[in-house]
Amino acid sequence: MGKTIAEKIFDAHLRDEPFVGTKVLDIDRVLCHEITTPVAIADLEVRGKDRVFDNTKIKAVIDHVTPSKDSKTALQAKMLRDWARRHDIKDFFDVGRNGVCHALFPEKGYIRPGFTVIMGDSHTCTHGAFGAFAAGVGTTDLEVGILKGVCAFREPATIRVNLDGDLSPGVYAKDVILHVIGTLGVNGATDRVIEFRGPVVDAMTMDSRMTLCNMAIEAGGTSGICLPDKVTVDYLWPFISGDYASREAALADFTRWHSDPDAVYEKSLDFDVSTLEPQVTYDYKPDCVKAVGELAGRKVDQVYIGTCTNGRIEDLRQAAAVLKGRKIADTVRGIVSPATPKIFNEALAEGIIQIFMDAGFCVTNPTCGACLGMSNGVLAEGEVCASTSNRNFNGRMGKGGMVHLMSPATAAASAITGVITDARTLK
Amino acid sequence: MKKSFGGPAIFLDRSDINTDEIIPAKYLTEVTKEALKPYCLEDLKLKGFDPNGEKLRRARVVVSRQNFGCGSSREHAPWVFEVNDIHTIIAQSYARIFRQNMFNGGMLAIELPADDLERLFALEKEGDVQIVVDLEGQKLTAKGGARTESFSFEVSPFDKELVRAGGWVEFADARY
Repeated sequence: MGKTIAEKIFDAHLRDEPFVGTKVLDIDRVLCHEITTPVAIADLEVRGKDRVFDNTKIKAVIDHVTPSKDSKTALQAKMLRDWARRHDIKDFFDVGRNGVCHALFPEKGYIRPGFTVIMGDSHTCTHGAFGAFAAGVGTTDLEVGILKGVCAFREPATIRVNLDGDLSPGVYAKDVILHVIGTLGVNGATDRVIEFRGPVVDAMTMDSRMTLCNMAIEAGGTSGICLPDKVTVDYLWPFISGDYASREAALADFTRWHSDPDAVYEKSLDFDVSTLEPQVTYDYKPDCVKAVGELAGRKVDQVYIGTCTNGRIEDLRQAAAVLKGRKIADTVRGIVSPATPKIFNEALAEGIIQIFMDAGFCVTNPTCGACLGMSNGVLAEGEVCASTSNRNFNGRMGKGGMVHLMSPATAAASAITGVITDARTLK
Repeated sequence: MKKSFGGPAIFLDRSDINTDEIIPAKYLTEVTKEALKPYCLEDLKLKGFDPNGEKLRRARVVVSRQNFGCGSSREHAPWVFEVNDIHTIIAQSYARIFRQNMFNGGMLAIELPADDLERLFALEKEGDVQIVVDLEGQKLTAKGGARTESFSFEVSPFDKELVRAGGWVEFADARY
């Protein structure tokens, strides 16, 4: 009987099976940020176990609140910084070099096909775009990961999501994943891996695949995952060229991590995306999704473009294409946060930053910012934000605020008109 | 880290109660569990629920519906229950990370099938509900007014062992 990619990764990393159904895996990457890691560090200190299992497999960044906004966030940053120095964790990214974790770590080439990845952040599933098993965990799992390099999982069943057809112009990966979540529901993939397959995924860039996998958790998924292919090889080539004689050799090696043709899936869902419209959420759950036309005209106070879902260069290009030569409505605050310094630099070089500024956007440093309502850009009671982020829970961007999730193009169009707008209708 | 399970219950009759509602991100700047205590369920959107009310203050058990604890990986969500002496949650289902965080911290996330959960919710109409949990026997009894109902539940051997060991750090430390 064949195996899925997730089963192959589990087999290759199995350290222990203490009880039937519980698999303790060796972890290739333990990723850390300054909100959930300091508590793990403090607890390890209290236990007299201030150690790390392998300082080359641990990567850390300050990204949720950066630069620090007050004494408490300054202390969180300091705890992470001091710990990284104490243990000689070389891949630590501080203010000026830092960016949103799920954009920064892939960009540095840290994630490879077949890897196991954990982080104290629910959107760690993003890294599944590279053919890795990547899961968000709490602080205790993170602590054990730091100390022992292991993490326990139930062996996940896999839901295969087949994406067929051709995306229409103006419809993007974000629209696809919102539609998939709308179909699966917010707990439709709990304890499951979502394997994204089909010609639509094959044609996607790594940026788009990361957008798909980023929101697997919004359907409850442990990880989203794409099979590694030539697109993966090309993205990673600067980091792996020393390991392989050629790109073809790397590709041949990566196919170890392809699901077998006779792999067993819990279920398969088929989507033809050819007629898919841009999608927007309403209400306070990410599975409350409608075509943009059904929500067009709803007033927005803030437009937020960035985050680990859609703060990559491809996203900024899509938004800039809509904004070019236009100004945002007087009633709207536009905020854009390129997700990493590299993305910021590319956006500068391509004139994208100028387009945003000419349109009237506030351009911030790379940061998670407003997405979770703990840094800059928080909403006031009763305010509405059109956002390229991944979560629209009640109070998410600030108590009493409302968030509509959408693609960068839809967000940009909504900034121009001040109401939710289908970018394809702008004249 | 010995914890007792059970006590007065509060009923949160809604699915998909998420971690932003359980503990808003603005409080994640705290680096001690105790500091979270006043903010439990502060942003919960649920008719008739008062995060500052007597009912939540007295509760030692939370009963809810499907997909409890969805959203963020923040372990602050179980912690804010823990520092308020709520070590038991009963629901039809959980989000994976929240459920594991509960057991990793030596607490209980009990799942009951839909029919049983209906019976449990029905007890609330009889008056204040008291719950007694027998983890080893995987049984719980709930007393509402003059009525008592019993339920069986399943906890995976691993999760049960985590509770016995006092949490995942203790278990992993001894074993790996």
